[in-house]
Formats: sequence, C-alpha cells, structure tokens
Amino acid sequence: MQAYKKHESIAALMKRSNVDTDQIIPKQFLKKVERTGFGKHLFHDWRFNDDGSDNAEFELNKPAFKDAHILVAGDNFGCGSSREHAPWAIADYGFNTIISTSYADIFYNNCFKNSILPIIATKEQLASLMDEIAANEGVKFIVDLENQTLTTPAGNGFKFEVDPVRKNNMLKGLDDIGLTLQHIDLIDQYEAKHKQTYPWLWV
Amino acid sequence: MKKTMYEKIWDSHLVAEVAGQAPLLYVDRHLMHEVTSPQAFEGLRLSKRKVRNPHSILATMDHCVPTKNRDLPIADPIAKKQIETMADNCHENGLNLYDMKNPNNGVIHIVVPEHGFVHPGMVVVCGDSHTATHGAFGALAFGIGTSEVEHVMATQTLPQQKSKTMLIQIDGELSKYASAKDIALAITGKIGTAGGNGHVIEYAGNAISKLSMEGRMTLCNMAIEAGARAGLVAPDEKTYTYLKGREFAPSGDNWDKALAYWKSLPSDEGAVFDTIVTLNAADIEPQVTWGTSPEQVTGITSIVPAPEDFDDEIKKEACANALNYMGLTAHTKITDIPVDLIFIGSCTNGRIEDFRIAAEVTKGTKVADKVTAIAVPGSYHVKKQAEDEGLDKIFIDAGWEWREPGCSMCLAMNGDELTVGQRSASTSNRNFEGRQGKGGRTHLVSPAMAAAAASAGHFVDIRKL
Repeated sequence: MQAYKKHESIAALMKRSNVDTDQIIPKQFLKKVERTGFGKHLFHDWRFNDDGSDNAEFELNKPAFKDAHILVAGDNFGCGSSREHAPWAIADYGFNTIISTSYADIFYNNCFKNSILPIIATKEQLASLMDEIAANEGVKFIVDLENQTLTTPAGNGFKFEVDPVRKNNMLKGLDDIGLTLQHIDLIDQYEAKHKQTYPWLWV
Repeated sequence: MKKTMYEKIWDSHLVAEVAGQAPLLYVDRHLMHEVTSPQAFEGLRLSKRKVRNPHSILATMDHCVPTKNRDLPIADPIAKKQIETMADNCHENGLNLYDMKNPNNGVIHIVVPEHGFVHPGMVVVCGDSHTATHGAFGALAFGIGTSEVEHVMATQTLPQQKSKTMLIQIDGELSKYASAKDIALAITGKIGTAGGNGHVIEYAGNAISKLSMEGRMTLCNMAIEAGARAGLVAPDEKTYTYLKGREFAPSGDNWDKALAYWKSLPSDEGAVFDTIVTLNAADIEPQVTWGTSPEQVTGITSIVPAPEDFDDEIKKEACANALNYMGLTAHTKITDIPVDLIFIGSCTNGRIEDFRIAAEVTKGTKVADKVTAIAVPGSYHVKKQAEDEGLDKIFIDAGWEWREPGCSMCLAMNGDELTVGQRSASTSNRNFEGRQGKGGRTHLVSPAMAAAAASAGHFVDIRKL
C-alpha cells in the first residue's frame, strides 16, 4: 500500500448527504475482475449525460475542482454496499482524502486499505469548510496525517482524530495481511484450541 | 461481568490483542460470490499465499446470473468472464461452489441458511453488506471489502475495532400482513440510515421472538440499511429446530455439545447496551419508501412528505432531490402512487415464506394493465418448494413471470432492470438512485404489499383487502 503523509490540494465540494456506493460506482461497472481502472466510472450516473458527455451541472465537473485530491461531502458518506470498487474508484480518480461528519462502517474500513484518509469533522467544522470552498472555489487545503491537522487559508482547519494503529499503517504504507501473518503462531494456537472447544465446526 | 451476546461472541473469537495493532478476530465462516472476490484471489496469487481453511468457505454465483434462458451462454462478455473466473478460483483452491447449474444454486444469503452452514455463536463474513442476514441465527455476521476477503482467506482472521451495542426492543402484536420487512423499514425510518453506524444491533422483545427464522433473516438483513455493522437475534427453539438435520448442522454428540453452547449465547439479564431504541409492533403499518434512501419511508395510510415538513436543512434538500428523482408530488397519498413493475425476490425477501404470503394475496387476481410482475425465488430449493406447493401456478395464472433464482432486480447487474422513469414496488433492500436501473424509481415494500400492488396497479393497504 502507498504511504500517506502530507498533502496540499484543491478541495472539491459535494454538498450532498448519504452519498451511497451505488452512486460512487454504479453496478454496471462491478463486473470486472481487475482492481484498476474504476476512476473513469466514478459517480458515473451523475457525472455524465446520456450521450456520454460531461454533465455540466455535476459539481465535480466544475473546472475549479479538476485537480482536487480532497473531497468534502455531507453526512454518512459511502453508505450501502460493501463494494471496495467504491474506494478503488475514488482513489483511481485522484482523491486521497475525504472529509465528512460520518461514514458507513464498511466504506470507512475500505478507505484505509486503499490509502484514502477519511477525516471526521463536526457538523460545524464541515459547514465552515463547505462555506470556505463555496466562497473560493479552487481553494487548497493542507492535510498532515502525522500531526493530524487540516489547515485552510481562511483558518477553518482543525485537529482530527484517527485510530493510532490505522494512522501508523497508513503513514508507513504497511500491508495488513503481512502484519497479521507476523502473528501466525498466535493464530495457530487459537485455532487448535478453537477446534477442541467447538469440534462441530470442523466436521 | 454481564455481557451482551455480541460481547460473548467477540470475546470467544479474540485471537490476539497485540500492542500497536487492532484486535485480531477469528472467522469461522466465509461466504463468497462472483462480484467481490476475484481481486482477492488475484491478490493471493500475486503474494503466493494460500487459502488457509478451504472448508470455511461456501461460494455461489448470484449477482450476474440470468433469471431466464439459463441454458444459454451469458450474453454480457464481462459478466461471463466474472462467472468463469469465480469457477476457476474455486476450483483452483478446492472451494465448495454452487455454480449456476448446481441444484443448490441461489443467492448467497438464501443458500447458506438452507444448508445449515451458519450456526449460533459463529463469526461470519462475506464481501457483501447483506451478510448481516445471518445474525438471525445469533451469529456475528458482517460485510467486508475485497481487501478483507483476501485477508480472511490468507489468515482466517480480521483486524477489527470493537463496535458499540444497540438494543432494539420491539414488543406487541404486529397487525395482519405487517411483516419483518415492515419492522426493518420502520426502524430505518426511525433511526435513519446512519443511526446504527458503529453499532451492532441486537433485536429483542416478544415481537421478535414471534418472528419465524425467515422473518428474522429479513430483519437482520436490513440492519445494514440502518447503518449497523451487524444485526443479532438470540437463538431459541425456533433456531435449533430450523438447523437440526441440515447438511452442515452438527449431528450426534456434536449436536448436544453445540446446543449447550448455543444456549449460553443470549445476552445476560442486565447486560448494558450503549444505545436502546424501542418500538411498539402494533404501531407498525405496512411500510412504503417514497424517496431514494431507505430512511425515506412511511406507512401505507400516509402521504408523501414535502421538504418543508423536515426541520433539518440537509433532510429538506434530500427530500426535494428525492421527490424530483422519484417524480412525485409532495402530499400525494401513498395509495395513489401507480406502479409499473413488481419485483419479489432478493436476499431480503426471496424465501419460501415470502412467496407463500405473496401467493396468498395474488390468488385469483390478475396483474393490472401495463404492469409487469416478476417473481424470482432466492434459490433453486425455494423455487422447487414453491412449485411443490403449487405457488408458481398461482403467480403464472395471475400473469406473473416465474423466474430462475438470482439477485436479479435487487441491484440489476444481470440484465433485469428498470428503464428510465419506470416505477417499481420491490421487496429488495435499497431504493438508491439508479440501483434498479438508471432513472428507475424504486419503492421498497414487503412481499404482501408488492403482490397487492401488482393487481391494483398502485399501492394498497392490504389490511383492507
């Protein structure tokens, strides 16, 4: 996994709540057996007109947000299905940071597996960030994971919380499976005991 | 210390708590389908890792499979490749796969209970958010991403953060034709789609005890729609009776050992939950969603709300957007909303009980003019059982299509989908924009409500039929 440290980038504004994974990556793109190439389908149904041209009404199509790596969105982002195609599409499109008040659990987990930092803001913090972007489209924010800080030109930044284990893994770009396999002895011991206690699971 | 059922299962599956890492949880059962697994197998291959416990895995093909002309090759080449990849991956790793032609094939969350593959007290995962279904057996069952699918295949464990606990207590008598689906929708309406975020829900109360195993599966299936990681119902005599004699259920001495363990699982009297929600079953009307989120739901005697009916700014905007997408006018009576297509099926409502109640409502009726109605059994076993009971004839006589099993119109990956502007009454679980087809308009309902709408051409209060 790619390490995540400090980023300065344009922040794009998506003023919608309950953005679900069916919108992030519609089902017709889930048939691929590869992990790559989903960025071009991100928010497909909102992003494109029926003839395949860009929908000018859709916020992420605004020229000011073109090179954004930070996505600022409404409450409960990523609700719905477990599809990891959603964070794959987000990362492939170019976002490495999302800021919202809350995320659906599975989506939140999936972000950390893909070097996407999902920052949790309070309602007031989020509203200030949204106002700042709306007033100055193309504004750049700075995210510093090491120090857990978000900085904005208008001073709406804050210190955010992140689980220390996840932070460490992300800063170092560590592979979760490799980390777990360091404890293979503990898994073997547990499994041997589990077999004795619950023999019917092993028939 | 007094423990909740969730805490008991968590504690008994904790492999290790190593400083600087998330707690490692052991996984007993791993369920799979074709959509969320191929990249995980690819990851294993690239890192030269093996599936640790092939016996813990049960796989099926459900999302992309056609529900008609099953003997013809799959027309969509990308879907075809995904199906073939699934077969190759399962074969290569020695996994139990119920492929499209297998008489055990069906939707993963329907097939797994049919074979008794999940028992109380297990930790169960699947690259699918509706894994929550299996909480009906008192198993901790939750959806995971594809990276985690790979993690479980390689290690039989997952690094996990402990969830908070929520008790949803529902007592009282449900009215006739109000069902587990209506309870699930009413809960989502009450607490919202983010209401359960970070929680595992335990459903309790006499209205829950009275539900059949099928009903409990429907209820737990939609725990995810309320944002919860998982839903749980304490195992009881109904659970044991359901499991006994099924293929993967314990037998002989092991049955007695398992039963003693299962009886130790229910939450201790006085165990503390982080959040408690209560509902009165008698207050739950048959539900209909009017918007594009499962929390945008109301009772059949109600009306479509207007944005100004909400205090919260974001909810106002969400309501306005939903009315626009759904092509609905505020304050329309729910019973005045016409429908074009009826879908009964999915991991939420594709079980035998669902077709029985729908057939009871359908018997002797005709599908209304210009309405298409499709019944998609959740598995070949459900299909056969329904046919043995003559239910297929009731649907066919009324003008319904009786299909082969699969996820079908729940997420419309297999070609069964709504066209732009088409409006469905659907027994599935999500009414998100475009889920059933771009521009399609979904109203989530119970099987009985869907069946009644088929003949009327609009929603009706089935309690008055």
